[in-house]
Amino acid sequence: MSEWNRSDPIKRDVAGGKATALHRAKGLGSAKSGVNHWWLQRVSAVALVPLFVWFVTALLVHAGSARTAADWLAQPWVALPMILLLIALFQHMRLGLQVIIEDYVHVDRLKFALVVTVHGACYSLMVVGIFSVLMITF
Amino acid sequence: MATKLPPRSPDVQVYRPQLTSVLSIIHRATGVWLSLGAIVLVIWLASVAAGDGAYTLVRASLHSWIGGAFLLSWTFALYYHFCNGIRHLAWDLNYGFELVSIYRSGWLVVAASVCLTAVTWVIALLITG
Repeated sequence: MSEWNRSDPIKRDVAGGKATALHRAKGLGSAKSGVNHWWLQRVSAVALVPLFVWFVTALLVHAGSARTAADWLAQPWVALPMILLLIALFQHMRLGLQVIIEDYVHVDRLKFALVVTVHGACYSLMVVGIFSVLMITF
Repeated sequence: MATKLPPRSPDVQVYRPQLTSVLSIIHRATGVWLSLGAIVLVIWLASVAAGDGAYTLVRASLHSWIGGAFLLSWTFALYYHFCNGIRHLAWDLNYGFELVSIYRSGWLVVAASVCLTAVTWVIALLITG
């Protein structure tokens, strides 16, 4: 195991005694949100791996078929993964764009406005996408 | 007396680009570019839901040469972000974090994303004719 990630490099006692670096970071930080942002970014990334493989395969299969896009999307094996994809994708996009804004925008008011806009836009796009799939299906 | 301050490290203007830093910034750039693609995906879904008029317009835009160029760039961005994302997840699990492995996996990501993009488009063009 490499040096940077060895368990408990800093001796700091927390409730429960032996703590890993991740355990210590949970629920801490100035916003008391700990590693939530970091963790959701990884979870959405892992979810996107099979969903992405499905997406590319399903699109190629669709391209080779004669059915219309609406008929294709109305099938449960397309509609359901598509909704899951929209959820994981826009969570991942929201968190990723937030980090980029926080890294490069140093004017507090502008940073706040941009982050809020990104969050709002991502949730709006997610809802429009899911609603469209449901409209096509039902 | 005016003294010129030495450049502070890391100063991107004087820093020699390395594979590691270049791949890192491309990961961000492809992420931003894919955000635009995600918006187009929602527009496409909404147009299918809206019906013939809207769908015909979106379909024609995507089938134009400029639409095709966008789709090609998103295909590459998607494969790159996918492959390099897996590389990042491996690092999070503490695999491949030695310098030799980082360079090897870096070049692997570049080769894989180029090859997968080419294979996908060849298949797509063969299918659609």
